[in-house]
Amino acid sequence: MQQITKAQEAVAASRLRKAQNRATAARPYADRMAEVLAEVASRVSSYRHPFLVPREVRKRLLILVSADRGLAGGLNVNAFRVAHRYLSQGPPASLDTIGRKGRDYFRRLQIPIISDVSQFGDWPGLREILPAVTVAIDEYLAGNVDEVALVYTRFLSVSRQVPTVATLIPVKVPERKEGPRVDYLYEPEAEEVLSQLLPRYVEAQVYAAVLDNKASEQAARMIAMRNATDNAGELIEDLTLLRNKVRQATITKELMEVVGGAEALAAG
Amino acid sequence: MAKLNVDIVTVEGRRFQGEADFVVAPGSEGQLGILPHHIPLLTPLATGSVKVRNNNEEQFFFVSGGFLEVRPDQVTILADAAERAEDIDESRAEEARRRAQSLLEQRLSAADAAAASVALARAESRLRIAELRRRRRT
Repeated sequence: MQQITKAQEAVAASRLRKAQNRATAARPYADRMAEVLAEVASRVSSYRHPFLVPREVRKRLLILVSADRGLAGGLNVNAFRVAHRYLSQGPPASLDTIGRKGRDYFRRLQIPIISDVSQFGDWPGLREILPAVTVAIDEYLAGNVDEVALVYTRFLSVSRQVPTVATLIPVKVPERKEGPRVDYLYEPEAEEVLSQLLPRYVEAQVYAAVLDNKASEQAARMIAMRNATDNAGELIEDLTLLRNKVRQATITKELMEVVGGAEALAAG
Repeated sequence: MAKLNVDIVTVEGRRFQGEADFVVAPGSEGQLGILPHHIPLLTPLATGSVKVRNNNEEQFFFVSGGFLEVRPDQVTILADAAERAEDIDESRAEEARRRAQSLLEQRLSAADAAAASVALARAESRLRIAELRRRRRT
């Protein structure tokens, strides 16, 4: 028992390292993309892409990122709680799930799930995740939903993972860094470039969230398994003590019988 | 002499970061040659090869989709896919080319045909870049 949980802890630890590397590898792209978008959006003011214009919210869509597997402490449940709060407050909302646990949980609650991507393994490429994002983007552009949000578990440290909710669309343009403005020449026109840039930005955010969630999942599993190992250790200690006590009692009893028998013989 | 800082990134990781004297990249409106002090430019990327030249040393990359951002001292490539020439899996690209070709021989819907020809262009581009690199080395 203890060996099993110990092995799972070790597996999770090595996967955590890999998951963290993955999440770090995705950062340069996200940072660069944010810089470019901030620059473009601060310049192209006459044109308002639908992703940049908030409208009255009648329907909402939530992209929920969860793990495919359990045994990860409170990771999934905590994310579901945050998702619940989002779903129950405000206009009607449907779900777009990435990860099996979230899909199964909310399906039982009969909340409409318009799309699901799950069981993409521990090292998903953008390609595996993309369908979930494309559905959300299409729904927004078609006017079926007026807001797209994202719930995932943010990785802060091995001992701290926080379920987080963030609005994806309308896109909140990242802050421009200080420094001279860059006046781009666009090929083709600025509007066209911006309308290609925005969906990429949304995709990158979701992908980054999935990678972060993976790191959180491995960390949570590692801790859960460590606790299980410790608990098993305590249990084994208690049981060993009990066994020794029982054995001691039995021996004492047998000795008493032998001694008692011998005395009876001597007396007789 | 002025240099360009070149950064080639994809969502899955950084593929290159370093200095260059000259960069050639496939913009969606045509091939672009970039020297230091180029005017700022932002354009979508096409499928094709990126050449990075530094002190007469040349490196090649396959890129497909994404954006090219140019500033006077900096070239950033935000690619959907990017591979160093030496990392290209030629047998996989060859396989992809065959698959796309045989698909194109069938009757396809317009969308499927378009997807197949994009796949074909991508595979051919990968093979061309790998080939180019081999010839340079010998």
